Amino acid sequence: MSTVATTDPVLTPRQSTGVSLRGRLQDALPKIVLAPSFVITIIFVYGFIVWTAYLSFTNSKTFPSYALTGARAYQRLWRWTFESDPPSSWYTSITNMAIFGFLYIGICLALGLFLAILLDQKIRGESVLRPIFLYPMALSFIVTGVAWKWFLDPGLGLEQTLHHFGWTSFHFDWIKNKDFVIYTVVIAGVWQASGFVMAMFLAGLRGIDGEIMKAAQIDGASPFQLYRRIVIPLLRPIFLSAFIVLAHMAIKSYDLVVALTSGGPGGSAWLPSNFMYEYTFKRNEMAVGSASAIIMLMTISAIIVPYLYSELKEKAR
Amino acid sequence: MNRFLTTTAMIALALAGASVSAQAADVKEVQMLHWWTSGGEAAALNVLKEDLSKEGFAWKDVPVAGGGGDAAMTALKAMVAAGTYPTASQMLGYTVLDYAQAGVMGDLTETAKKEGWDKSVPAALQKFSVYDGKWVAAPVNVHSVNWLWINKAVMDKIGGTQPKTFEELIALLDKAKAAGVIPLALGGQNWQEATMFDSIVLSTGGPEFYKKAFNDLDDESLKSDTMKKSFDNLATIIKYVDPNFSGRDWNLATAMVIKGDALLQVMGDWAKGEFVAAKKTPDTDFLCYRFPGTDGSVVYNSDMFGMFNVPDDRKAAQVALATATLSKSFQSAFNVVKGSVPARTDVPDTDFDACGKKGIADLKAANEGGTLFGSLAQGYGAPPAIANAYKDVVSKFVHGQIKTSDEAVKQLVQAIDDAR
Repeated sequence: MSTVATTDPVLTPRQSTGVSLRGRLQDALPKIVLAPSFVITIIFVYGFIVWTAYLSFTNSKTFPSYALTGARAYQRLWRWTFESDPPSSWYTSITNMAIFGFLYIGICLALGLFLAILLDQKIRGESVLRPIFLYPMALSFIVTGVAWKWFLDPGLGLEQTLHHFGWTSFHFDWIKNKDFVIYTVVIAGVWQASGFVMAMFLAGLRGIDGEIMKAAQIDGASPFQLYRRIVIPLLRPIFLSAFIVLAHMAIKSYDLVVALTSGGPGGSAWLPSNFMYEYTFKRNEMAVGSASAIIMLMTISAIIVPYLYSELKEKAR
Repeated sequence: MNRFLTTTAMIALALAGASVSAQAADVKEVQMLHWWTSGGEAAALNVLKEDLSKEGFAWKDVPVAGGGGDAAMTALKAMVAAGTYPTASQMLGYTVLDYAQAGVMGDLTETAKKEGWDKSVPAALQKFSVYDGKWVAAPVNVHSVNWLWINKAVMDKIGGTQPKTFEELIALLDKAKAAGVIPLALGGQNWQEATMFDSIVLSTGGPEFYKKAFNDLDDESLKSDTMKKSFDNLATIIKYVDPNFSGRDWNLATAMVIKGDALLQVMGDWAKGEFVAAKKTPDTDFLCYRFPGTDGSVVYNSDMFGMFNVPDDRKAAQVALATATLSKSFQSAFNVVKGSVPARTDVPDTDFDACGKKGIADLKAANEGGTLFGSLAQGYGAPPAIANAYKDVVSKFVHGQIKTSDEAVKQLVQAIDDAR
């Protein structure tokens, strides 16, 4: 081909302009198609983030107001946090977030990995067991919440049933108890998500090269050593992905708290998302709601930015 | 440069697409945003629909999923922000004033003059339906929250009589406890707890105190020993609920009284709607008393139809809606079903049951005697931010996050101050 181009130098400029016009159009086509969604995302995600940040520095109540009043909303949030005894709603929300996030992510990872390892032992009926564990993920948080609400209600569910069977000393009222209600949210959340984490780990386990395992076994590694020294370290990327997905779900889980506990006794099951919705839309304190939303965004960024950074570093390597 | 121009054009195009406004509404149609979806309420609203269709106006519900009104208010906020106003929306208290302040409400003063609303609607209600001298909302009913609802069979069984003071109420609750009945049916949601506390404060401090503390938000009254005493009384009464009360809906608590599992409930008169729906009659199946120590005063809330500033061609439909809403026939028919009493004091009480008749008489007396107070728990005592701060504190006290009444008072003052 190159010989053709060199032997016909007269034609080349004309041809090349024709090609380049079409070529340029072809180059631009994906951009043209992407442009509307790009613009929409820019406006409706990033534009509104900026807008929310602006509102958090105003004195907005029912409707947005645009007169800046300084960081009053933030001061209120943090004053509540540091000086509140009994705990304020914001303090409750962020401590609940810490408890819920830590337990939910931790238990989901541990349980998911455990189930995946058991399922990976070439057991019979795996194809039946897998969807059974996975399918809670198909339910919305609302359904999960309502189902567990009934199940955990001392007057309706578990406690009542066991009393019927004669175990009358059995007592389980966490869902009505201000100090324990957040743990019922963990239970329902773990039930929903651990199957999904299991599926992720199972895929990872299946992707591990059998040769390495065999080599280790020949070297005399016990199954425990095998998993601890080889398999789990190899699953590191899966851990990271699962962690990111779970962290997202933990931070945005609003509906689970509402459906399961309707906020808990005296608002004791609130997460920051509940706080944000409650203040912005129900209490007409848009500035405080916006401030809490910005703090949530910064929390998520604190997780995502290091993740992206490590991912990019991995790619560059 | 070229690329820059293209991008700019793209953005302009996207914005133009986004700003195409919604289609104009039909002028012979009343667009109504409300959350009255339960059987009785829907039936009651049908009366209004029929009245309007006689005058040739179609009725269009603006769909709002989810009960309780929160979802409706969020939808309304979005509609108003987008500039597509409904003809009217069900609204509560300070919300009307918020919207009026934002300048989106219509003006019904002409109709109001013609129909004589100024004279028939209690002045306390006009505070929320009239803004800046203009009628912006049509009140539909008056609920009062300082009621006791008692199961008569249980009352007879334990040999109780009407409690006249708070101490007698506690004695009555003790009797029920001794007889093995749940003395007090309560739903542990913050608005229910606060609604009960409204009655307790009125009973403990008297009408003057209630007004100063909860309507005027007077700091001295909020900090006072009377307020502490009120929290003490709340602590006393809360001991009579069953352990499983947290998070229970108000109508489930009412059902406990209807079934005789519990002796009484402290709740607004919407509870009567549940009794009526369960085919119970006042004085034979259930009793309605004013919360002890609050006779002669009425702590109210009221449903209003806020009227939006619709274009001129849709005004006729709005005026027809407002007129029909405040007509005596609708006020009577609607409130008989809803359990509340008419928002005008000149509606005959012939169709109402014993509790309704008492409610109408009480409202009239309270209106004339100056003892008609907006309920803080229901958003008629103060703007939503303050009302919610109040509900928070009461709820935290009930559920034990706030342990002493000293602390509760301190928290209440602080929370109200923050929300101001």
